[in-house]
Amino acid sequence: MKAAVIVFPGSNCDRDMKVAIEQSLGTSPIMVWHGDSELPDTDLIAVPGGFSYGDYLRCGAIAGNSPIMREVVKKAAAGTPILAVCNGFQVATETGMLPGALLRNANQKFICRDVHLKITSQNNRFSGAFKVDDVIRFPVAHHDGNYFADDETLSRLEDNGQIAFKYSDEDGTVSSKTNINGSCNNIAGIYNEAGNILGLMPHPERLISDQLGGTDGKLFFDNLINSLN
Amino acid sequence: MKARVTISLKNGVLDPQGKAISHALHGLGFDNVGEVRQGKIIELELGDISASDAPSVVDKMCTQLLANTVIENYSVELLD
Repeated sequence: MKAAVIVFPGSNCDRDMKVAIEQSLGTSPIMVWHGDSELPDTDLIAVPGGFSYGDYLRCGAIAGNSPIMREVVKKAAAGTPILAVCNGFQVATETGMLPGALLRNANQKFICRDVHLKITSQNNRFSGAFKVDDVIRFPVAHHDGNYFADDETLSRLEDNGQIAFKYSDEDGTVSSKTNINGSCNNIAGIYNEAGNILGLMPHPERLISDQLGGTDGKLFFDNLINSLN
Repeated sequence: MKARVTISLKNGVLDPQGKAISHALHGLGFDNVGEVRQGKIIELELGDISASDAPSVVDKMCTQLLANTVIENYSVELLD
C-alpha cells in the first residue's frame, strides 16, 4: 500500500507522521507539498499537525483553501481514508470534510501533555486495535482544540457513532474535570458519516515507541496500516 | 472601491479572549463592563469593480474564506 503526507508551510508534525507511517508500513509515505495540485493515488492520506500558514485568519483556514486540499477533498469523497491530526483536524473542518470547528482552548492556554482518551465508537480501520470503552493515552499539543458544533450536529454525531474519542481520566470517566480544552461533549476526535475520515486533536504519531514514552500510537498505526493492506 | 468586513463569533460560541479582556477591564476598575466579545475587521481594496457587483463578490469571499459560518457571523460595508 501507499500513503501520502500533506506538507504545508508551517506544518511541524509532518516528519513525525512520516516516521510513524514508515515504522508500521515498512516504506516511506510520499510527502506532498501544499502547492501541488496533483495528488498521487494512495491508500491513505495524512494531514499532519503544525501551524499551517502561521494560523493566519483562523487555524486551518488558508490551508483548507489550498490547491492540494481541493484534491484531498475529492479523494476523500471517493472513499480514500484520511487521517487528520491536530492542525490537520482544523484544516479538515475548514474544508467541510468534517463537521464543526475548533476554537481557542477555554482556559486560553496552550496545552502540551499526555491525555487519556476513551474509545467511544468502533471503526475497524482507525480504532480496530482497541475496543469501545478502552482507555488509551496520546499526547496533545494545541492552543485551539476546543471542538464546537451546534446541538443538532452533536446529536447526529452521537447517534451515528461518529465520535471516535472523548477526553477522559485513566479509568474512562468522561466529565467536565477531564475536559482539557472545553470541547463540546469532551470530543477529542470524530469520523465523517462514511467513516473514512478521522480528525483528532491528540497526536498518535508522537507515542510510537517505549523510547518516546508509550506505544498506544504504534498500536493505532499498526492497525491502520494492516487494515488498509 | 473598498470594503470593510466585520467578523464576530456567533451568540453561544465561547469567546475565551473576550472573557480575558473583560477580566482585565474589571482589573482596571471598569466595573460596568459585562460580557465582551472579540471579533476582527478585514479591509479590502477591490480595484475596478462596480458598486452593483461588489456586494455579491465580497459575500462570496466571506463564505469561502474570510468567515467560518459554523462559528462566525459577518457583515460587509462598502466604502468609496
